[in-house]
Amino acid sequence: MAKNKERIDMPRQEIKERIRNFEEVAIGYTEEMALLEAERCLNCKDATCIKGCPVNVKIPEFIKFVVEKKYLDALKKIKETNSLPAICGRVCPQEEQCEKSCILGKAKKPIAIGRLERFVADWVSNSDIKEELPKIEKKNVKVAVIGSGPGGLACAADLALLGYDVTIFEALHKPGGVLVYGIPEFRLPKRIVEREVEYLKKLGVKIETNVVVGKSITLKDLFESGFKAIYLGLGAGLPKFMNLKGENLLNIYSANEYLTRTNLMKAYKFPEYDTPIKKGKRVAVIGGGNVAMDAVRSSLRYGAEHAMIIYRRSRQELPAREEEVENAEAEGVEFHFLVNPLEFIGDEKGFVKQIKLQRMQLGEPDESGRRKPVPIEGSEFLLDVDVVVIAIGQTANPVLLNVTPEIKRNRWGNIEVYDEFGRTSMKGVFAGGDIVTGEATVIQAMGSGKKSAEGIDQYIKTGKWL
Amino acid sequence: MYQILEHKTIGQNIHKMVIKAPLIAREAKPGQFVVIRSYENGERIPITICEKDPQMGSITLYIQEVGKSTAKIGLLKKGDHILDIAGPLGNPAEIKKVGTVVTIGGGVGCAITYPETRAYKEAGNYLIGIMGFRNVSFKILEDEMKKVCDELYITTDDGSYGQKGFVSDKLKEIISSGEKIDEVLVIGPAIMMKVISDITREYKIKTIASLNSIMVDGTGMCGACRVEVGGKTKFACVDGPEFDAHEVNFSLLMKRASMYSEEERLSYEKFKNER
Ligand SMILES: Cc1cc2nc3c(=O)[nH]c(=O)nc-3n(C[C@H](O)[C@H](O)[C@H](O)COP(=O)(O)OP(=O)(O)OC[C@H]3O[C@@H](n4cnc5c(N)ncnc54)[C@H](O)[C@@H]3O)c2cc1C
Ligand SMILES: Cc1cc2nc3c(=O)[nH]c(=O)nc-3n(C[C@H](O)[C@H](O)[C@H](O)COP(=O)(O)OP(=O)(O)OC[C@H]3O[C@@H](n4cnc5c(N)ncnc54)[C@H](O)[C@@H]3O)c2cc1C
Ligand code: SF4
Ligand code: SF4
Ligand code: FES
Repeated sequence: MAKNKERIDMPRQEIKERIRNFEEVAIGYTEEMALLEAERCLNCKDATCIKGCPVNVKIPEFIKFVVEKKYLDALKKIKETNSLPAICGRVCPQEEQCEKSCILGKAKKPIAIGRLERFVADWVSNSDIKEELPKIEKKNVKVAVIGSGPGGLACAADLALLGYDVTIFEALHKPGGVLVYGIPEFRLPKRIVEREVEYLKKLGVKIETNVVVGKSITLKDLFESGFKAIYLGLGAGLPKFMNLKGENLLNIYSANEYLTRTNLMKAYKFPEYDTPIKKGKRVAVIGGGNVAMDAVRSSLRYGAEHAMIIYRRSRQELPAREEEVENAEAEGVEFHFLVNPLEFIGDEKGFVKQIKLQRMQLGEPDESGRRKPVPIEGSEFLLDVDVVVIAIGQTANPVLLNVTPEIKRNRWGNIEVYDEFGRTSMKGVFAGGDIVTGEATVIQAMGSGKKSAEGIDQYIKTGKWL
Repeated sequence: MYQILEHKTIGQNIHKMVIKAPLIAREAKPGQFVVIRSYENGERIPITICEKDPQMGSITLYIQEVGKSTAKIGLLKKGDHILDIAGPLGNPAEIKKVGTVVTIGGGVGCAITYPETRAYKEAGNYLIGIMGFRNVSFKILEDEMKKVCDELYITTDDGSYGQKGFVSDKLKEIISSGEKIDEVLVIGPAIMMKVISDITREYKIKTIASLNSIMVDGTGMCGACRVEVGGKTKFACVDGPEFDAHEVNFSLLMKRASMYSEEERLSYEKFKNER
């Protein structure tokens, strides 16, 4: 059989249908597709793709197992460095990471590493094969993980594998962090997150939900009750607003609220689920990142006739993943580029009805290297809207840090760490993920969680701090 | 899962519930609240912690049935479980010895003024309590308040108990009697808090209000609870829930609290029809 040369496309739900439901858009490779894609891999000796992955998944080795149809072995290989393959395969920005560094990317399209990773994880979980649990030698030493986002989950998994008695404390009622409250069902089905959480529980990790550390219990209490080390994976959970006139009008949401109502609280199933959301016919989402794309694509699924992105630079500068922008465009999202909100205008009952926008043009590049938007005087105009979502970013979640002055923060409010393992200024406390780096990615948070697990193990064994 | 140790229906549609929640019972202070989700499809709603018993590991809540979520909780019996309770959330009330304090509760708001009234008393203040109810069937916590107040007044809108009229009438009476008031705490419907704060502003009496904005997470993550205080946006769940009443934009608070009235009505009717 002639070797396949072309990158295999991801099958997706028909556009007509998918914009009216919250089901996953990307359906996933069939076995046949996965095999065709896998056999394109050159199995490079000095595989550059591995270096592109923040956790260095052994890509050629797992792909070789796929070619041999040894999917369980492939999964084990991936899990040596990545405990959440079904999730990463779906949401990693592969085009900037592993796939960007694939040698094939130079001449033609890189191997679809993420899609294969997802295929392997899904295949095994849909089969009758029971993933055998690794043998763990229990150490009887307690470690606490605060926050159950990807960073916390990865840290807990590695610590459990090392034999520690791990408890995760999570403020919300469901574990998963942004994976459950932020990223929509149509990109990451929640049953997949649940599956990964179940696996952690099988490893012996305890999960205490509804515990707001800093309020329900302090770090000092945790140390006093016998925990030997603590990992903080608090995330970047504080939504930014713009401080514009009219920003508190009714039907103006932060992206966090809009997405939390939708994903964690399942407002798209209202009234079967009790949490309501305003659906809106003319929905404007302010911002151009992944979060903005998730919000605007959700609004389409709620039935918006005009689902609009309001972005102050041009398409080229959009920070969202290209794939998400393409999906949004294909689904009919309207993009308003080079415009910036000045004010929100409401009706007599206080509901937002218009945004006053100003046109922008691109000036000189700023520190980030992107061209800076400059307002055009006298270009103001009004846009009719009935729901607005503000998706201009998040900063550090301060609930725990405000009552823990021992932990030093930098000028953005993020936790200052002093080595690659995430040691903070408080003895025995490590930190990683978005609370350290600011908003980043799932795999980076995971990578730092793993690194901290290593650091915690060292610290507990040696007792050495900085 | 949090077990209900005791459930009494007191007053009209007000449920007193004692619930096992040891972590919360240990940490809770007057003015703080919990966020409850009573069953899998439920919403997250904030409820103030009225009493706590760290030895028993229990907290006491007073919940008034106003819509589907509170109605569902009202159906739970002793021995049943509540799925999720997170807390204690919000800042504890700042309670100091200031002299004479008037605490004003409206309806179920009295369940929130009660623990704070007690704390004010323990701090050495002279306490005047005013409790307002629509009518006698809504009356709660009278005996408890009697024990901690030096003077206690009750008003009902229809005169079916205590003095006929509003809590604001009683406050005005007290002020005009020449009583020197150092601080007022007011908790109840937004409109009542606004009326009280308009009166005390005139007399320059420091006034604190607890804001009942709509919440989702209660941990500062979503911004649903935003309120305007002194012209600045604040998150009621982490910056409050108590604020200087004279600085609060009550008209915005009232509007935002009614944002989902249509959806809430739909949800409640559907629930009642199915019951
Ligand atoms: C809408 C959206 C879409 C995204 N899409 C992508 C994507 O496609 N690909 C990608 O790679 N990245 C994406 N990201 C970014 C990615 O999700 C984050 O970088 C990642 O989740 C950070 O992980 P974390 O472990 O640091 O924290 P988080 O996932 O933020 O989790 C932190 C957890 O800690 C809990 N917590 C906080 N404070 C306390 C406390 N005091 N006590 C107890 N618990 C506490 C929080 O409730 C939360 O559950 C997206 C982010 C958002 C918001
Ligand atoms: C800090 C705080 C403390 C509170 N303490 C108490 C208490 O001790 N006892 C008590 O009976 N009530 C208390 N409340 C009010 C209580 O949260 C609401 O009555 C409850 O959420 C109504 O839910 P429902 O589904 O039964 O009614 P719905 O029909 O959904 O709503 C009725 C009204 O309640 C308000 N409301 C609706 N959803 C929410 C929400 N998620 N968060 C806040 N308000 C909402 C709205 O103004 C709405 O118009 C408190 C509110 C806050 C903010
Ligand atoms: S974890 Fe992410 S970056 Fe690493 S190989 Fe998998 S998809 Fe690529
Ligand atoms: S660089 Fe590309 S072709 Fe080479 S091993 Fe990695 S995925 Fe395969
Ligand atoms: S309730 Fe979400 S920030 Fe206050």
